[in-house]
Amino acid sequence: MFLLEKRPEASRLWTWGTPVLAVVATMIAGGLLFALMGKDPFLAIRAIFWDPLFGPNASYFRPQLLVKAGPLILIAMGLSFGFRAGIWNIGAEGQYVIGALCGAAVALAAYPAENLLIFPAMILAGALGGFLWGMIPAFLRIRFGTNEILVSLMLVYVAENVLSYMAHGPLKNPQGYGFPGSRNLQQYPSAHNAEVIAGTGLHWGVLAALAAVVVGHVLLNRHIFGFQIRVAGQAPRAARFAGVNPDRLVAICLGGSGALAGLAGIFEVSGPGGQITDAFNVGYGFTAIIVAFLGRLEPLGILLAGLLMALTYIGGETAQLVVGLPAAAIQAFQGMLLFFLLAFDLLTHYRIRRRRIPA
Amino acid sequence: MTLGGIDIVMLIASMMVAATPILLAATGEMVAEKAGVLNLGVEGMMIMGAIGGFGAAVLTGSPVIGFLAAAAAGVVMALLFAVLTLKLLSNQVATGLALTLFGLGLSALLGQGLQGIKPPPTARLPLGPLADLPVLGPIVFGHDWVVYLSLALVVAVRWYLARTRGGLVLRAVGENPDAAHALGYPVVRVRVLALAFGGALAGLGGAYLSLVRVPQWTEGMTAGAGWIALAIVVFASWRAERVLLGAYLFGGITVLQLRLQAAGVAIPVQILSMAPYLITILVLVVMSARGGRARLQAPAALGRPFVAVR
Repeated sequence: MFLLEKRPEASRLWTWGTPVLAVVATMIAGGLLFALMGKDPFLAIRAIFWDPLFGPNASYFRPQLLVKAGPLILIAMGLSFGFRAGIWNIGAEGQYVIGALCGAAVALAAYPAENLLIFPAMILAGALGGFLWGMIPAFLRIRFGTNEILVSLMLVYVAENVLSYMAHGPLKNPQGYGFPGSRNLQQYPSAHNAEVIAGTGLHWGVLAALAAVVVGHVLLNRHIFGFQIRVAGQAPRAARFAGVNPDRLVAICLGGSGALAGLAGIFEVSGPGGQITDAFNVGYGFTAIIVAFLGRLEPLGILLAGLLMALTYIGGETAQLVVGLPAAAIQAFQGMLLFFLLAFDLLTHYRIRRRRIPA
Repeated sequence: MTLGGIDIVMLIASMMVAATPILLAATGEMVAEKAGVLNLGVEGMMIMGAIGGFGAAVLTGSPVIGFLAAAAAGVVMALLFAVLTLKLLSNQVATGLALTLFGLGLSALLGQGLQGIKPPPTARLPLGPLADLPVLGPIVFGHDWVVYLSLALVVAVRWYLARTRGGLVLRAVGENPDAAHALGYPVVRVRVLALAFGGALAGLGGAYLSLVRVPQWTEGMTAGAGWIALAIVVFASWRAERVLLGAYLFGGITVLQLRLQAAGVAIPVQILSMAPYLITILVLVVMSARGGRARLQAPAALGRPFVAVR
């Protein structure tokens, strides 16, 4: 028999060892799954993790890495603070959509004027939209004690319906021959979130994500707010004695993560996405949850995890081409990764001892 | 009987059909939560039930085998959650989310090539002339066997939790696992069984969507039904008869908004489609605003990990 012994402190080795172990285990289990589907597992794994970076078409795929990692990192950074403090915003997908809508609305209202201030105004509107959408569960939790998990999630479905309404109604392109969807912001210079360095995928949203990582790192490690977050998560009662205002924490975590998700949304719609359509959102808000955990809720970890997750997205596309793996496979793959991570986390917090048989 | 162009009898009958997936899932989740485990993976278990049941029914041509397979798929998912949270002591919230994300992905993968197929029809109970009665016929006697099964399960769960020794132990484990452990009750085993029961019911609920209500397979077809089931457990303050009430109210709203869409009411379709989610939020707010009462009804150890002290 084995016995679990709680470590007095989380093991530093295993804190960073488990994500690596989880990735390896996911490769093995994913390979088995692909083999069961009749696909060559080695070819599939290589197509996911190797080909996008070093394969024959890598020059096309490499810029996509930053394009996909940008929103994931930005959203996950916001979520990580709340997750540490036990405040669960799982509605980032909705905040992302609303941010994109608000920012795009500003751009479309200004169309066809050209002005340097339009882009900053869109970014602000996007952040504000996400912030307000995130403040709904925050307000309800603070004022009525309503569970923020369920409310934030329900609001995703509400946001998706708002998106569909906007794409078919108010934001529809008047010159779009009746098709749903807004004007393409890529063709509107003042509103276009163009690549800062052409051909790299590095647009303003990626820079914002990097800034979020740096600011997050400082906040978490060098600022009283980071201390309050840590205490609130590890010892809620002690936090109250330490002068942490729980309501304020809820508002900051939900509002802040909403604002970051909103930013991700507006950077996406004004850049790689281009236009508001029914199918504008592709689940970054949910994948970012995995990114946050895989990155150990640490800013630098999230940076790496975001890049890795972006790689699996692109890898999913190459695997579709190379071995005919269905697009859905990658979603299962990502879910599996989170499972393994949570399972191996036992090693971080507990020591496994062999039970001695009493003589 | 019609009201504003909507047939009331048919509305009630289709309300029961619309409510059944959520009723099944919420009843199961309530039992798991009564044992002190918060499984946020209901959506994932439901969608695996939906695809498992659909696949099995199409392969064998038997909807009954489909529903059995769906329950099995739900149990497997629930056991995965049980191993992670009860044996490996992972965070229940995070693990529940993982279960949902994994279920959505895996089901989409398994469902490749099953789109656009019609499943074998699920039989109505042969109640003969009773089903032809006016008003009562379509509402009480005109349903398939799963609707009656879901109602029977609500009664059974209520009786089991309130009147049996096993139910008492289950509630004790959810209220105070340390005391239950000290009295010699197998806390972890009770929780595993409660989770498995919840998984089976969530699986059945998912299969009801893909085999009866829709009936076909589309990716992500549960569309938040599992999350709504979780909300209904809160609404019901962990009582079986109120789960029934909540699920039927919700089914009513869903059907009503669909009928209004079909009747061409001058409200945008999207506004009508978001109504069920908005009303769920409203209900959650009202329940929590009533203050401590609703919270006192929640099992005391809900969501807390349990580590046996030797």
